[in-house]
Amino acid sequence: MPIEVNGKSFETDEEGYLVNRSDWNEDVAKAMAKADNCDLSDNHWEVINFLREYYDEYQIAPAVRVLTKAIGKKLGADKGNSKYLYELFPYGPAKQACKYAGLPKPTGCV
Amino acid sequence: MADVQAPVLGEYQVIPHIQPDAMAGSKPYVAKPDHNKPLGFPGELVENWEQKAVAKLGELVNNSRALQVFLDSCVKCGACTDKCHYYLGTSDPKNMPVARQDLLRSVYRRYYTLPGKLFPSLVGARDMTKEVLDEWYSYFHQCSQCRRCSVFCPYGIDTAEISMAAREIMDSVGQGQKYCNEILAKVHRIGNNLGLPGPALEDTLLGLEEDVKEETGIDVKYPVDVKGADVLLVTPSADFFAEPHIDGLIGYGKVFHAAGISWTLSSHASEAGNFGMFVGSSENLHKVAKRIREAALDLGVKRIVVGECGHAWRVAYSFWNTLIGPFDFLDRRYPVPQHICEFTYDLIQQGALKFDKSANDDKVVTFHDSCNVARASRMGSMPGGQFIIPRAVVKASVNKFVDMAPETIFESTYCCGGGGGVLTDELIDLRVKGTQPRMLALRDVVESHGVTHVAAICAICKAQFSKVLPYYKFPMDMIQSVHGLVSKAIQLGPVNQ
Repeated sequence: MPIEVNGKSFETDEEGYLVNRSDWNEDVAKAMAKADNCDLSDNHWEVINFLREYYDEYQIAPAVRVLTKAIGKKLGADKGNSKYLYELFPYGPAKQACKYAGLPKPTGCV
Repeated sequence: MADVQAPVLGEYQVIPHIQPDAMAGSKPYVAKPDHNKPLGFPGELVENWEQKAVAKLGELVNNSRALQVFLDSCVKCGACTDKCHYYLGTSDPKNMPVARQDLLRSVYRRYYTLPGKLFPSLVGARDMTKEVLDEWYSYFHQCSQCRRCSVFCPYGIDTAEISMAAREIMDSVGQGQKYCNEILAKVHRIGNNLGLPGPALEDTLLGLEEDVKEETGIDVKYPVDVKGADVLLVTPSADFFAEPHIDGLIGYGKVFHAAGISWTLSSHASEAGNFGMFVGSSENLHKVAKRIREAALDLGVKRIVVGECGHAWRVAYSFWNTLIGPFDFLDRRYPVPQHICEFTYDLIQQGALKFDKSANDDKVVTFHDSCNVARASRMGSMPGGQFIIPRAVVKASVNKFVDMAPETIFESTYCCGGGGGVLTDELIDLRVKGTQPRMLALRDVVESHGVTHVAAICAICKAQFSKVLPYYKFPMDMIQSVHGLVSKAIQLGPVNQ
């Protein structure tokens, strides 16, 4: 099922993850979030941008612990925990944030 | 997001009235050609799949006397009907183990038994049709292969074997399941279920070393690809990624450090789990396991220790010797393979580890027996070691431990609801319903004994619990790794030197 953004159509898989990572732009992220009734704040963007940077370097999303540590450094220690990330991304930071960041869904026993 | 209706927990476990076809709509995403082909399966549903599926069934029955006995010997006594957590949670009669078996048995009878060939309708024999295939696809993915039903079957019929056979037949005609097959393709390509490449693994482990140093002031190492280490640790890749799994990994490292035993992870064998078993494919089972033998030989280790992963331990304990043995290159003074709980337990027995249990005094802990450890393997040298040893490790780490009701633990343990390849988001409704018996037993010890945490030794159980606990109004961080508890209590530094 494709996602329509600014008149363009992008291919996604059954769960709404982009099939081609190169299709991603900020408007795609906003459209995906809107479909989940989620408004992307600056703090959401910190997470999304970190995920994208990490993925560019390592071809995988960071471990939850790596993500919480990085966010703690950027947004303050009180926000460097999974509880805060779940507040931002109630469907699970790893999966929901990866989707908005245009990354594939983490697989396995997670 | 699928629509989820969590069952209401009653006062005690009720055997529900049947609701036919309640879960007929539950099915996982079908695998795409990209997922299937690297596994040696056809990309999509093949032509003449009916004949090919029937032929494959014949081949499996010919090759496995066990499967044939399971298909031939059911007398419909009903002992299994109320033993499956998915039946108890969903009320769908096709989730009674006997009914699940009959989905395959009916086709077996039609093509491979004389009465079925002559009088199909008299003996419940069915033609292989699209309706039957769809029903298989739905209900053989509502089985977590946990084998609880087989404990209560007077003939010992193992529904897991039947479910694996059905999945193998479906894969052989191109009707595979996306979740399992995508993961297996990643293991073949990258080495683990997550698709975590070597550099990312190294970065994650370096981060852990920093964290542990910050927490304890001690340089605990999390080494990877170290040649000549004594121990190769293979663990589920979720231990590198998810919570609370990673707390367990931190704990393993502390145990090795405290004992002064050199160890290493491997970037080639960065996965203990083996989804080849879930899909019933011996070729894939073998190919995944082979990476571990290769890594052990390449690194020149003397021992292999397996981290907290339920089905990995079944594969290791029960299948490795024939799959990837002989292990004549390992030090035979130690068990091959050895479970991390057994490893820690032995050190505790020798007095080599010191604990400050009060570090876990904020917790009252119970232990969830994972199905593949409980019913498909053993641990240590004593009967029931797979129940005794993990509990002993927990009790060495915490002051307050309480077991759940006896009919819900040990060999009667209820599945977490996410095992056997159903731990995927599109099956969340099934997973929430299927965990109902476990949640009820947990609720009872929470209310009667003030239990605050449940510990487990399986990556699937941990991921499943953290997802389903909130549906039953429990906090998601109630689930702990056993070695996460160890990690909190173990004393490092001079005391151990």
